[in-house]
Amino acid sequence: MANVVTKTSELDRSDFLIQEFGYDDHFHDHHHGDKYQSNFISTYIFSQDHKMIAKQFLITGMIWAIIGAAMSLIFRMQLGFPEESMAWIKPLLGKWITVNAEGFGTLSQDFYYSLVTLHGTIIVFFVLTAGLSGTFSNLLIPLQIGARDMASPFLNMLSYWFFFLAGAVMLSSLFVSTGPFSGGWVAYPPLSALPQASMGSGVGMTLWLVSLVLFVVSVLLGGINYITTVLNLRTKGMGMWRMPLTIWSFFLTAIIGLLSFPVLASGFFLLMLDRGLGTSFYLSEIFINGQVLDQVGGSPILYQHLFWFLGHPEVYIIILPAMGLTSEVLSVHSRKPIFGYKAMVYSMMAIGFLSFIVWAHHMFMSGVNPFIANFFVIFTLIIAVPSAVKVFNWITTLYGGNIRFNSASMYAIGFVSMFISGGLTGIFLGNSAIDIQMHDTYFVVAHFHIVMGVAAFFGMFAGVYHWFPKMYGRFMNETLGKIHFWGTLVGAYAVFGPMHYLGVAGVARRYYSFDVFQAFGHFDGMNKFITIAAIVTFVFQIIFVVNFFYSIWRGKKVTTKNPWQAPTLEWTTPIRPGHGNWPGKLPTVQRWAYDYYSDEEGKDFTEQIEPLKDDEKSVH
Amino acid sequence: MTGLLIILCFALIVIIALQIGKVTDITNKIKGEVEAQNSTNRRVGVYFLIFMVVFLIASFASAIYYRNYMLGFGPHESASEHGGSLDFIFKLTLWVTLIVFVLTQIALFYFAFRYRGNSGRKAMFFSHDTKLEVIWTGVPAVAMALLVIGGLDAWNEVMADVGPDEEYMEFEATGYQFAWALRYPGEDGKLGERDYTMINGSNPLGQDWTDEANWDDIHVNEIVLPVGKKVRVRITARDVLHSFFLPHFRVKMDAVPGMPTYFVFTPSKTTAEYRAQLSQYPEYQKPDPNDPEKQLWETFDYELACAELCGNGHFSMRKVVKIVKQEEYDKWLAEQKSYYLTAIRNTDQDPFNGELLPGETAPEEPVVEEENETETGGE
Repeated sequence: MANVVTKTSELDRSDFLIQEFGYDDHFHDHHHGDKYQSNFISTYIFSQDHKMIAKQFLITGMIWAIIGAAMSLIFRMQLGFPEESMAWIKPLLGKWITVNAEGFGTLSQDFYYSLVTLHGTIIVFFVLTAGLSGTFSNLLIPLQIGARDMASPFLNMLSYWFFFLAGAVMLSSLFVSTGPFSGGWVAYPPLSALPQASMGSGVGMTLWLVSLVLFVVSVLLGGINYITTVLNLRTKGMGMWRMPLTIWSFFLTAIIGLLSFPVLASGFFLLMLDRGLGTSFYLSEIFINGQVLDQVGGSPILYQHLFWFLGHPEVYIIILPAMGLTSEVLSVHSRKPIFGYKAMVYSMMAIGFLSFIVWAHHMFMSGVNPFIANFFVIFTLIIAVPSAVKVFNWITTLYGGNIRFNSASMYAIGFVSMFISGGLTGIFLGNSAIDIQMHDTYFVVAHFHIVMGVAAFFGMFAGVYHWFPKMYGRFMNETLGKIHFWGTLVGAYAVFGPMHYLGVAGVARRYYSFDVFQAFGHFDGMNKFITIAAIVTFVFQIIFVVNFFYSIWRGKKVTTKNPWQAPTLEWTTPIRPGHGNWPGKLPTVQRWAYDYYSDEEGKDFTEQIEPLKDDEKSVH
Repeated sequence: MTGLLIILCFALIVIIALQIGKVTDITNKIKGEVEAQNSTNRRVGVYFLIFMVVFLIASFASAIYYRNYMLGFGPHESASEHGGSLDFIFKLTLWVTLIVFVLTQIALFYFAFRYRGNSGRKAMFFSHDTKLEVIWTGVPAVAMALLVIGGLDAWNEVMADVGPDEEYMEFEATGYQFAWALRYPGEDGKLGERDYTMINGSNPLGQDWTDEANWDDIHVNEIVLPVGKKVRVRITARDVLHSFFLPHFRVKMDAVPGMPTYFVFTPSKTTAEYRAQLSQYPEYQKPDPNDPEKQLWETFDYELACAELCGNGHFSMRKVVKIVKQEEYDKWLAEQKSYYLTAIRNTDQDPFNGELLPGETAPEEPVVEEENETETGGE
């Protein structure tokens, strides 16, 4: 048998293997005329093809990322340069800029807080949840497990359109006269429950809630699909322990999302009742705007429990896919198996499980009984152990490698650096004693921006550069990719590094101005530096966007099926796979996803569809 | 005009980016794919090494430059007794994470440099090593255990409420949009009962005037506390969430409507002592921009801030905190007037309007002088 296999030429080798050993499900006999991609609307808009839905998620996510980042620049300008007039941006922001008699423009406080709130909401949910997990789960799950499509292409399409609708509603809140919601992305009541508490808590908050409930629907539809697909549609031979780490990470992410997002939704429903029907789940003994409210007996802390029961798993919903992408990209471009494959899977499971029992570490100073911190501190710091294992495994994956540097692998390395830097500061915050001082200071801002914001973006960029050839049949431009990488790496550290010092000095977050307090006023220079670094970093992202769209149409064409010499299944499909992914039979998996044994033919890897040699033993 | 310039700048960036992209595509074609990748690997490997050096130097240099703003370093020493134990855990964590940070970042970037690819080389096959993995699971677990024990030990001591026989003083801070209302218990040492439905313009905290403990309660405009005496702050909120944050004392606790919280601490340095300590540092020897006659250390005050987003005025909820010697405190306290007797007594708000309070003798001439108006009550 081995002789037959080695005789075929390299170009159509994967075709030959699929022809020879593949599994015939008669897919194309049943899909004559291809009803899925028959006209423009069914191909590009209401598409049920997982690859097109992935692209829809990605491009929508990119648009939201630009909006969210641009918002941060506006409020950073207020923080860094409060003495400069903002009148020039009045054409864009209209009444949110007040221009006085001398022509000096000031950003309104309400709108400042709206920007802060929307920046968080957009980046956390629309970009790093939908844009990251939505894109790559959709793109890679069927391709890497050898499935024709998702288990339910129709639910998959709905998942995207609910996300789109959520975005449309959120965007519309920018245009209501009282402005978007302005109570922070965590939306703690009573501020979020009482329209009289702030301008944004009226219509803006209603739209915010509607948008996020639609978003929860989108996540759940997607999640059910991912889980079902991974469990049921793996091709012949693709045991769970043969799955690439990307699939493991998407699978675990979907489970975490499915278990935690409904809790957020229920928290939101109770909030809606408090807002609209006079219930008092979260409200008690409130006197506001000269008025005594009737509600008695509720507790704002209940909301915090419900919110963080999602909110904490949410950070792993964001970071696990980035970890999966990084693992895969690092392994492929180091030409080595990922170090400690099983340890990687078990550590992701451990992180996923622990993420459900640490939520109250966001609430040490919220007025809960201090005793419960004993429980939550222990579990929080235990998360450092599987996280450390993952970091050591990534570093060891590089050790002894033959690393091919390109935009994808550089971003993967950058991810590890960011994850280390941001993860270590979590050890401060997870320890409740230090959190007394650090809670709600810039130290927290620095921590979560680096560990889940920047790191997740790095994982996402690594994924985009790596799988762009699979999406569009072309490469992204490497030089622009590298310029983008160095600008982003240095820029991100320049923006968020200094914030640690603000935090340890006690500077509180979510402040419109630092002039009122002596204790917070020593950092004018640093605030200017951060703002300038943020603007520069943003400019580097434009290079990415240009590169992305330029490469879709004009990038260098992919000429071989497997340009990165990766063992996984997605590279056995045609360069631009049509609906159903494989033109004939489905591939059969013969080995695990990381076979980088040296081979006598000069190849340094073995594809998953390559049968075991006569004397070879299966690794998994 | 500015808008146009910005658009032009962006267009320029786009054009430059596209040109760079085209040029490199062409040079790669000339060089050949394999050789181009090899030379890229060589270059990027070195860049990673350079980045590592610059990054580590920048981290250390900035840390040294800003050391005087860090917990427990330089002038940023805790002004409360429990603060020292938190600062110790902070420092301990700082050293542990610093070591891990330096080692892992060096390993990451050095391996990236050392194992940069070359078409003539092959990667080693190294897929797992149980011994290594056990070690690097075990070591972090032990380190975390130590930090947890140290941290929780400090936490449980700091967060404990006052014991039944302990001597302490109490005051109350109530957050509302957008200020803090401060109430001291007066001579009886007890804060009177409150009922939020009784809140109105002349009764900002909703004190129940039928409760005797309220009669001597004092409303003040700044927190004044004696040094070295245990204080229990009763923290409440009137409308939305706030957070009672005293950065210099390592004190923070959310103010929750409907659920009073507390924080117990002991100030250990008077304002004057803290100022003297600051005067030794050059960054405080500059003139104060708001009061150019004086230097920054001379105008320094402890501050109370809000640390939970509470609306558009969140950033402005400042109150001054003064820590003084016991004699000064006693003197200050003696000067304060009961809010009830000065603002409520014998108005229509007073449930005992026209009646005699127990211990009161002459209704026409109350013990406390009526014309002495408080400057601090209400808002």
